[in-house]
Amino acid sequence: MNGNATAASGSFAGAIAWSVSRDLRLALRHPDETLLTVAFFALVASLFPLAIGPEPQLLARIGPGIIWVAALLAAFLALPSLFAGDYADGTLEQMVLSPHPSFGWALGKALGHWLVTGLPLVILSPLIGLQFGLPPDALLVQALSLALGTPLLSLLGGACAALSLGARGGGTLLAVLALPLFVPVLIFGSGATEAQATGIPPEAHLSLLAAGLLLALVAVPFAIVAALKIAVD
Amino acid sequence: MSFPEAQPPALLEAVSLSCRRGPVRLFHGLTLTAAGGEAVCLRGPNGSGKTTLLRCLAGLTRLDAGEVRWSGRPITDEDCAFRESLAFVGHLPAVKDDLTAEENLDFALKLRGVHVTDGQRRAALEQVGLGRRLTLPARRLSAGQRRRVGLARLALDPARLWLLDEPLTALDDEGQQLFRDLLAAHLSSGGVCVAATHHPLAPAGGHAREVWLA
Amino acid sequence: MNWFYYASPATFYGLAGRLAPYFFLLAAVLTGWGLYLGMLVAPTDAQQGEVYRVIYIHVPAAWMSMFLYFIMACYGALTLIFNTRLSGMMARAIAPTGAMFTFIALWTGAFWGKPTWGAYWVWDARLTSELVLLFLYFGFIALANAFEDPRRGDRAAALLAVIGVVNLPIIYFSVKWWNTLHQGASVSFKGTSMHVTMFTAMLVMSAAAWMYAIAVTLVRVRSIILERERRAQWVREAVKA
Repeated sequence: MNGNATAASGSFAGAIAWSVSRDLRLALRHPDETLLTVAFFALVASLFPLAIGPEPQLLARIGPGIIWVAALLAAFLALPSLFAGDYADGTLEQMVLSPHPSFGWALGKALGHWLVTGLPLVILSPLIGLQFGLPPDALLVQALSLALGTPLLSLLGGACAALSLGARGGGTLLAVLALPLFVPVLIFGSGATEAQATGIPPEAHLSLLAAGLLLALVAVPFAIVAALKIAVD
Repeated sequence: MSFPEAQPPALLEAVSLSCRRGPVRLFHGLTLTAAGGEAVCLRGPNGSGKTTLLRCLAGLTRLDAGEVRWSGRPITDEDCAFRESLAFVGHLPAVKDDLTAEENLDFALKLRGVHVTDGQRRAALEQVGLGRRLTLPARRLSAGQRRRVGLARLALDPARLWLLDEPLTALDDEGQQLFRDLLAAHLSSGGVCVAATHHPLAPAGGHAREVWLA
Repeated sequence: MNWFYYASPATFYGLAGRLAPYFFLLAAVLTGWGLYLGMLVAPTDAQQGEVYRVIYIHVPAAWMSMFLYFIMACYGALTLIFNTRLSGMMARAIAPTGAMFTFIALWTGAFWGKPTWGAYWVWDARLTSELVLLFLYFGFIALANAFEDPRRGDRAAALLAVIGVVNLPIIYFSVKWWNTLHQGASVSFKGTSMHVTMFTAMLVMSAAAWMYAIAVTLVRVRSIILERERRAQWVREAVKA
């Protein structure tokens, strides 16, 4: 029986493919959760005009910031469950003991989170931007800043979710850990659209976001793995 | 000791392991070796540290002192060679409720870096008695049937080292027999098995060395 | 010298107990001297008037908030790499003092900002990053206490501390990198733009803050050691004695 199978071997690509394909399949079994995230995003962003009043100039002025805050909260929503399921059913132990490079599956988990929560927000953001009366070029910059910023949120948030795994006060603790780390992303993300709206080229903000994303892509998966190893210890 | 020249070289060596959990000292200076074809059974009352020892051998739990060696080399944090030869079955089944038995087996093997054909996978599930439940979400499987998904994984996994935590739990008589057959095949092909268990674990036509933890 | 001898909680408990009073004494003397220099001897600032004297609290507190975080992260790295027990306890003992200094730096800054900028708080890079530092301290304390097993709390919090180190250069260089309302540093490696007495007073106050931080950390780590090792024989003997 044992002779049938080839020897086990790990690979970086195998690790990413495993994480992403499994998490996407799990998400497809419950598409309503992704839809809820998107609905939450739209709802939070729509609350502000209702509270502040429908004055077009004011809304166009604060729109970028509001959309970013709403996106940040929506991305945070799915974080507590990012590793909780794998931790509870024992899959996490198998991941840590897998012959695949741990960097790969950790990156894959963050990527999966982004595909399920971040990407829909990027796609939806121009629609919400129209609600706030943003001009077309600002809508584009907005979507671009979200496309660069939300993967960063998934990575940083993933590290915090891994740290708070199995801790008391789960969700609240996670908020205290993750939201301060989200602050720079928020500043540069909303700064890009705001710069565009006031006639300053947004490239500086966008390149800072891109630099942060590249740095996080190579560094944060290690932190996620270290935190998960502490969790299964 | 009566046939020193007949001793095969030890594949798994654990040398003077010590581990404390909080204020409790679970084991101290524990040494354990196992050669190819050998099964070691960790026995002891609840809370004696069987599971912890097993997790230390796998490299999951940090040791306070001591060293675990596989094929003569100490295992380290990023030791892919060791992990390629390790199949670990914890007391949690690592089965996702939302996936079917077949998908669960597929992802479990992919995570182990093992490539098998669809036919081999189905055959293994049939062998463990899940042939008619391939497409059922795992939430509809009983605890014993989930364990059987794990057995199918062991059957297809070429790992030389099995570390098993209570492998007989929740299995009925037929399931236990299935496991013993798998174990016998694993040992006869030169594999090593260390299992924490409350029941004696003698495979068909063999015997398991027992290590007692106090 | 055998460092591992003092890395044992039992021996460090005694050492910390013997050293703490001296550090408290030093802290008190230096604070008295520094306040005397700063409040009475140092001249009035030509531009800002008497208000500037808050600098003798504000700047040492801000320095300490960053130094202590860095030291805490170093202990965190020790915990993660060598799995030493004392380093985790030291990091826990430092965190509340670091949070306090961060809080003081923010508050004294607000009192200074009102007369000079016309606002208690402005959202510039220096203030925002210092506020993030305060939340990092809070996160550290919350995470360290969120687990049943204190060793696991040590390790998780240590990792958070190490990750958060990224924030320190941002705080320090924020006044250079961004055009902020917050004034640039008055003291640098190339010299100072200040009057000699002002500078001396500030250094004395910083030394006082150091001594206080060390003293309080030693006292706090003693109670953490006692709590953690309460089942050990030496603790029972120490408590009885």
